[in-house]
Amino acid sequence: MKNQTKIIAEKGIQELFITREFNAPRELVFRAFNESELLLQWLGGCDMTMKIDHFDSRTGGSYRFIHCTATGQEFSFNGVIHDVTAPERIIRTFEFEGLPERGHVSLETATFEALPDNRTKLTIQSVFKSVSDRDGMVAAGVEHGVTDSHQRLDELFERLLK
Amino acid sequence: MIAHQTLTPNGVADNFDLSRQAISKHIKILTECGIITITQQGRERYCFIQPQKMDEVADWLADFRKIWESRFDKLDNLLIKMQSKTDNDKSK
Repeated sequence: MKNQTKIIAEKGIQELFITREFNAPRELVFRAFNESELLLQWLGGCDMTMKIDHFDSRTGGSYRFIHCTATGQEFSFNGVIHDVTAPERIIRTFEFEGLPERGHVSLETATFEALPDNRTKLTIQSVFKSVSDRDGMVAAGVEHGVTDSHQRLDELFERLLK
Repeated sequence: MIAHQTLTPNGVADNFDLSRQAISKHIKILTECGIITITQQGRERYCFIQPQKMDEVADWLADFRKIWESRFDKLDNLLIKMQSKTDNDKSK
């Protein structure tokens, strides 16, 4: 069975959890989060390409990523890296640059847990400044999600029409 | 966006690369769903978000989850490639 992606966002709490298991040892999963050339291969959305402005992945480092949609829209994110403890933990801040005002920063903790049979459990906890910050972030993601699924639908139609 | 501050429909439009007409269409739909309400204050109309309504929208996290599912599917493929490379290196 495919590994399930779980998103937990309790009502009224400014926190969001993403959990997922992988059929790979945690050293590899950790590397995929921590090395630029690996990150580029999976973090972009379905219809988005991803660029790395910089990614200094170490305790005290920082990053800035840019997602570009097929229509040329750009969404940039940046943050500072509080802690990188290989292969178990990454703690960093996250800020979406597209908001009308600055300061809506969230704190992300990614935990990589070794499971039996060379499997890994990933938990990403995001703590936002407020519940509306969290809900706004999810809603912004949803806008892209809709574009994603529309594009997939288009691709399906194209295949059907051939 | 209006989760962070209350804006007029034109204020919302200023933040997007879309026509005012397109924005007003989106706002109309969101108003009909009850996700935002429009309040008249003096000469201006303001958009207010109704967060409790967002929770009621059927599985509001579904599309957000889809984005992460598609990322993690790609990551699965990458990990398979990385693993077979590690195995090859070992057998050398």
